[in-house]
Amino acid sequence: MQVERVEPNSGLASRAIIDHAGGIEARRVHAWFDGHHVLQGISLKVAARQVTAIIGPSGCGKSTFLRCLNRMHELIPRASASGQVLLDGRDVYMPGIDPVLVRRRIGMVFQKPNPFPTMSVYDNVAAGLRLAGERDRRTLDKVVERSLRAAALWEEVKDRLSKPGTSLSGGQQQRLCIARALAVSPEVLLMDEPCSALDPAATLRIEELARALARQITIVIVTHNMQQAARVSDITGFFLNGELIEVGVTDEIFTRPRDHRTEDYITGRFG
Amino acid sequence: MTRELYLKELDTLKTDVVRMATMAGEAIHGAVEALRDRDIARADRIIAEDDKIDALHMDLENRCMRLLATQQPMASDLRAIASVLAITIDLERMADHAEGISKAAKRLADQPLLKPLIDIPRMEELVQQMLREAMDAFLRRDPDLAEAMTKKDDEIDGLRSQVFRELLTYMLSDPKTTPRALELLLVAQHLERAADHITNIGERVIYMVTGELRELNV
Repeated sequence: MQVERVEPNSGLASRAIIDHAGGIEARRVHAWFDGHHVLQGISLKVAARQVTAIIGPSGCGKSTFLRCLNRMHELIPRASASGQVLLDGRDVYMPGIDPVLVRRRIGMVFQKPNPFPTMSVYDNVAAGLRLAGERDRRTLDKVVERSLRAAALWEEVKDRLSKPGTSLSGGQQQRLCIARALAVSPEVLLMDEPCSALDPAATLRIEELARALARQITIVIVTHNMQQAARVSDITGFFLNGELIEVGVTDEIFTRPRDHRTEDYITGRFG
Repeated sequence: MTRELYLKELDTLKTDVVRMATMAGEAIHGAVEALRDRDIARADRIIAEDDKIDALHMDLENRCMRLLATQQPMASDLRAIASVLAITIDLERMADHAEGISKAAKRLADQPLLKPLIDIPRMEELVQQMLREAMDAFLRRDPDLAEAMTKKDDEIDGLRSQVFRELLTYMLSDPKTTPRALELLLVAQHLERAADHITNIGERVIYMVTGELRELNV
């Protein structure tokens, strides 16, 4: 699938899928929940325009890590985090940085598709731009179409843009959520087990989409499904008990991991 | 298949590889004995037994494919299964060489031997040593032994050249010996190829244990 590439300086209409160069880097990120130390100083440089998969057993901190990257962790009551997350070399946790802007630049897709229930397909995709103050109908039309095309959903929904987002199938809803995230032109897209509620065909489409999107944006995907990590990612990191045990080229991690704990996990000896 | 059964099946695969190696080794030994003793009945039995080795090869391949499809093995498990798939191909080819030697033995059975067999049994003995060490390395997951074992391949190559030179002198001095000499040369060639297959097995053992895929004895 081809993702449309647009000029970065052509106004709001180009806000979907701008070609970004920067990656994202976590430095000594710690996180706590209710006093539990769930992330213990994660440092990870996520390469730009690559898919990085995070794998690990339940409760190892991989989803927490993802939420720390775009400051969503701090939205949870009694949760806290420390460390740095650098986007274009600037720490997103610096005082004065607006977390809403951070989340616009680092978009997120969740485990269960969560289209806004009262909104149409069109309004779901346009929501982020409208929130940012965009009112021009023609601009919105262009961005909605471009985002839906980028999410490989346009052909399936172009004749029912006014139908509720929730009227779509599970796989379509997830791609709608991806289109919604893309509409505000993120540099990084975080995907937290995006296929766990989908059937194999819908899963494959999301995986293909992630690969295609990685030509222009940076993707970090958390998955329980090791085959998915092996299929979709360039780089894989293995988390265990809040620590990053090993990170490397995906082919290497799945054929000859260096750390015995990674080996034990991916061969099913534990977890 | 539960995880427990999966791990058990991985072990059984390895045991069956050793069983197949034993069958291939016995076939080669029997074929060289049939040649030495000019024993047509024994040569026929070895040719017939090849079907059993082929059947075991197919069975192992099917089981490997089933594990790949249903268990999605990773890392050392994946390398073990990939190695079993490759090793069984080499063992099956070795058994084909035993069949080739048996056919040569049948063609030579009604004629006097050109000369006493000295180098060919020595080659066969080295093939058996290599095979035993290859299987030891496979079961003990010992890459050093797998590599050391392949050094014998040079010795076997040397013996094959020696056999060739010697047979050449027979053919030059008496051209009527050529058909019998060529049969013996063919036997030496089969043994030399069998040793090459065992070298391949050594490469697979190293890959299985370390993840490093490289050619040995090039």
